[in-house]
Amino acid sequence: MAPATSDKAMTCRKLTKRFGGFTAVDGLTFDVDRGEIFGFLGANGAGKTTAMRILCGLSHPTSGEATVAGFDVYRETEQIKANIGYMSQRFSLYENLTVVENITFFGGVYGLSRPEIRRRSEALISTLGLDNEAATLVGALPVGWKQKLAFSVAVFHRPQIVFLDEPTGGVDPVTRRQFWDLLYEAAASGITVFVTTHYMDEAEYCNRISVMVDGRLEALDSPANLKRQFNAQSMNEVFLQLARRAERS
Amino acid sequence: MPVVELSGVSKTYDHGRVEAVHDASFAVEPGELFGLIGPDGAGKTTIFRILTTLLLADSGVATVAGFDTRRDPHEIRRRVGYMPGKFSLYQDLTVEENLTFFATVFNTTLQANYEQIKDIYEQIKPFSNRPAGKLSGGMKQKLALCCALIHRPEILFLDEPTTGVDVVSRKEFWDMLGRLKLQGMSILVSTPYMDEASLCDRVSLIQRGRIMAVDAPAAIAEAFPHVMFAAKAGNMYQLLTALRADPAIESCYAFGEFLHVTLKDDHDSDRTFSRIAADKLPDLDVRRIAPGIEDRFIRLMLATEDVSETHGPRDQR
Repeated sequence: MAPATSDKAMTCRKLTKRFGGFTAVDGLTFDVDRGEIFGFLGANGAGKTTAMRILCGLSHPTSGEATVAGFDVYRETEQIKANIGYMSQRFSLYENLTVVENITFFGGVYGLSRPEIRRRSEALISTLGLDNEAATLVGALPVGWKQKLAFSVAVFHRPQIVFLDEPTGGVDPVTRRQFWDLLYEAAASGITVFVTTHYMDEAEYCNRISVMVDGRLEALDSPANLKRQFNAQSMNEVFLQLARRAERS
Repeated sequence: MPVVELSGVSKTYDHGRVEAVHDASFAVEPGELFGLIGPDGAGKTTIFRILTTLLLADSGVATVAGFDTRRDPHEIRRRVGYMPGKFSLYQDLTVEENLTFFATVFNTTLQANYEQIKDIYEQIKPFSNRPAGKLSGGMKQKLALCCALIHRPEILFLDEPTTGVDVVSRKEFWDMLGRLKLQGMSILVSTPYMDEASLCDRVSLIQRGRIMAVDAPAAIAEAFPHVMFAAKAGNMYQLLTALRADPAIESCYAFGEFLHVTLKDDHDSDRTFSRIAADKLPDLDVRRIAPGIEDRFIRLMLATEDVSETHGPRDQR
């Protein structure tokens, strides 16, 4: 695993993806710094999912350039997958496997050795305070525990970047905040966090935010600067101003 | 007379092992836009299913339009429009076919009730020949609302109409609800988004099957028992850690671009914050603010349950 030499966790230059005559992602150019919490916003259909799939090594761009964790999105997709973590709202853990089984499974998928998995999972279970629940089915855990475990599993192989796709949808306000505490800790330890959300108050927690409209990157800055630039009181207003420019639905 | 009334309603699943709703009581008045606010798993959908007569409560009484959900389900079904949380229209029927189907089920026609849905239908009319499954999220939502309105119901039940929908479509949807309300419609709507509470006349806050509060949104926020401060500094993570470790701080959590902070002693706030700033955070910016619905929700949640039970043993703060 050759770590990237630059201080960038991700670079995109004119990244474009076309499906026939439809340009889903249209010339994205941006960088993400190491240890940054980077918010990736956009209305439904703006092209976020297509862009994320490319950045996770699951789909090739039509043109343009991009590196993720120092690896090329055309030629080094397997290295990209090995160096990123992924968590979504809908799928992240197997409900009918126990806590330990989930950790072991995902550790194995990411190629960690048996002894390494055992050592790290003991440490993780103790850090999370799940010692008494190690043999409990994940489906039986309360939502707050499940989320913490899901995130911990997503970064279990110590990826350089973790992608979070609407990780807090429908979750209660206390659990949401505890989840963001985890993200702050992860970022402080050097992991880059790339996150999408529909909660505009959460967008404020990001170091920088990008907003996609009709496949293009229409804004990219810190929440404070974006509010200044758009003369808005909240990120909600910024988002509404930008998303109303959309022509395709 | 309320159009919807629950009195001590409880419902369990899995032979009593899972308690979905516990002793829930509230009433919706005619013409009211009433919100049921709570996260996934709080019991919102169970309440909607009981009120729309798709589920029987274990105990308690629920009435809709004056009819008992247990005795008169058919009277209720004719009088309510229901938009379930999951998109439940026929994906392979077109927009127009879906509308015609639902109109026919209720013994009416699209033409007869066109005025009722005109406002919303005109936004999706250009796609009237498109299969419902091929519509965007926002358009599916508008079609589902049209189908729920087609038989001129007295009461609308909308279960999480804005979940998973982006900010623009959410705003449009709430604008539509506002217009329906002006026409006199009674609406019960559920949502996990706390910021949507302020768009309702009154709301119930619900968590883990229990109704924690029922009131107008402003009154719910005003009942917050402490003075609330918003704090900000260059390094927010450092600020969060420092404030949480300080013995004078009662609670501290992230809220948009600020941290929301309460003190153990509200009278000493100036001195407390000056000390903290002098100690470790010279760029600390603190102001007094009015607490919101979400602050009260968090407070009620922490007060009414053992947080370690839901959130793990390491989080008893």
